[in-house]
Amino acid sequence: MEKELVKEIAELRKLLHEKENKLAALRREKEILQSYGLSNNEVCKYSRQILIPEINIKGQVKIKNSSVLIVGAGGLGCPSALYLAGAGVGCIGIVDYDDVEVNNLHRQLLFTEDNIGTPKVDAAAEFITRLNRNVKIIPYKLQLSSSNALQVIENYDIVLDCTDNVATRYLLNDACVLSGKPLVSGSALKFEGQLTVYNYKGPCYRCIFPTPPAPYTVTNCGDGGVVGAAVGTIGLLQALEALKIILEMPGVLTRRLLLFDGTETTFRNIKLRPKNLNCAICGNNRTIHKLIDYEQFCGAKANDKNPDLKILRDDERVTVEDYHKMYNSQLTPHILIDVRSPEEFEICQIKNSINVPFTEIEKDGCLALIEAEVNKRQQEDDIVEVFVLCRRGNDSQNAVKRLQKYFDNPNVKIRDIEGGIHAWSRKFDPLFPIY
Amino acid sequence: MSSGDDGLHVIIEFGGGAELLFDKQKRHVVNLPADREWTLKLLLFWIRDNLLKERPELFLQGDTVRPGILVLVNDADWELLGQGEYRLQKGDTILFISTLHGG
Ligand SMILES: [Zn+2]
Repeated sequence: MEKELVKEIAELRKLLHEKENKLAALRREKEILQSYGLSNNEVCKYSRQILIPEINIKGQVKIKNSSVLIVGAGGLGCPSALYLAGAGVGCIGIVDYDDVEVNNLHRQLLFTEDNIGTPKVDAAAEFITRLNRNVKIIPYKLQLSSSNALQVIENYDIVLDCTDNVATRYLLNDACVLSGKPLVSGSALKFEGQLTVYNYKGPCYRCIFPTPPAPYTVTNCGDGGVVGAAVGTIGLLQALEALKIILEMPGVLTRRLLLFDGTETTFRNIKLRPKNLNCAICGNNRTIHKLIDYEQFCGAKANDKNPDLKILRDDERVTVEDYHKMYNSQLTPHILIDVRSPEEFEICQIKNSINVPFTEIEKDGCLALIEAEVNKRQQEDDIVEVFVLCRRGNDSQNAVKRLQKYFDNPNVKIRDIEGGIHAWSRKFDPLFPIY
Repeated sequence: MSSGDDGLHVIIEFGGGAELLFDKQKRHVVNLPADREWTLKLLLFWIRDNLLKERPELFLQGDTVRPGILVLVNDADWELLGQGEYRLQKGDTILFISTLHGG
């Protein structure tokens, strides 16, 4: 029943879409076009910004004739696309390979619950077309890579970096330098955001960051969390900077970095170094002449998904199935340490588990707590079994490694649970939320 | 450590997540001992020894900050001021910002 309804709604939506397009085309035929290239309908629609001296009719024509590529239809890309479309940018390309997921909806407001499971770029195109039929939207459902980036970028005047990972940020920078396009770069995490414009009368990303950060120093939104209104603020400002570049206005955020702190509502504008004459891609003696392998360069994948780590030996791990048996039979007394953050622990937890956040695990208080539990067990059992659990089975392995240093005792057996609480939820507790 | 008016008063700030290494405190008003000329490089080690609460590898790499951290003195990139060689002045605000990559 549910499936049939979903299918029926999708078909109706498609039909509606076709009819809307037909109506729009009919109306377009009747439009009156002024000699400067805007229709009366456009003049009326954009009148509130045409009235501004910095824009006027000439500026609006520039905006209409411009094209902007948005890479990443996430928390940054959604608001930028929305406001660029509202302003009347003639052509907007949107690149994203992902489908809409339910955890996107709190900040990626081009998508509705009905779009879950459909390509982001298609859902975005549908929304924006309905918002402004004068805008041509070109969706690219693909992972931007060294083999396709230059081809895609070449058709646009300006590129917006709305991506979520380091490798794609270097790729976009190099592609923009090689094709001479300004890059409006935004990023955000939690309550904070950062914004700057690269390769526009100033430095490029590599001039400022010649060396990529080590992967373990990078936090993604899926782990650190992000506030919709904070990342949205940066996305809107990206749209603003793009418009200023189109209008050839002074005051573009180049050689400066804007730091936004949503917890204190402060905007801080810091002065960056100029173009580095020795920059590997934009300097005088460049060493990079074509796009390289960015995943290799950064030592990290070009997405914000967490890879499955394999740090421990097989005998230092237990499958979620085996742990489930032990848990049910109650024949193996043990200590279960959940190393997720307190916020995650509050979402869902296994009975009798102790929460010791991964970032705190080596602190004295936490070690003492674990030691007390181990001592308690030692009075009853010869061998003390300790299991470590996290969200997906990555942190738990690192936690075991750390704990092994402190409990260097053959009678204390520390293992992690493969796949973490996600695997547990999927296989044994369908009532647990997967986040 | 000396106190009162003898030392060099500076403000040290952290942002972009770097504050997590410093007890989540974003702003530290400190008084550096008056026994030497303070450069940014010396300050890095002083921060490591006096303010840093955990995982120094997330802050320093060798004798400089790790890739991905920007250092700013009074809101200007330290590259403009001679990096580690810059001599700290009374009242300087030194900001360490970890760059964000999410979106
Ligand atoms: Zn450069």
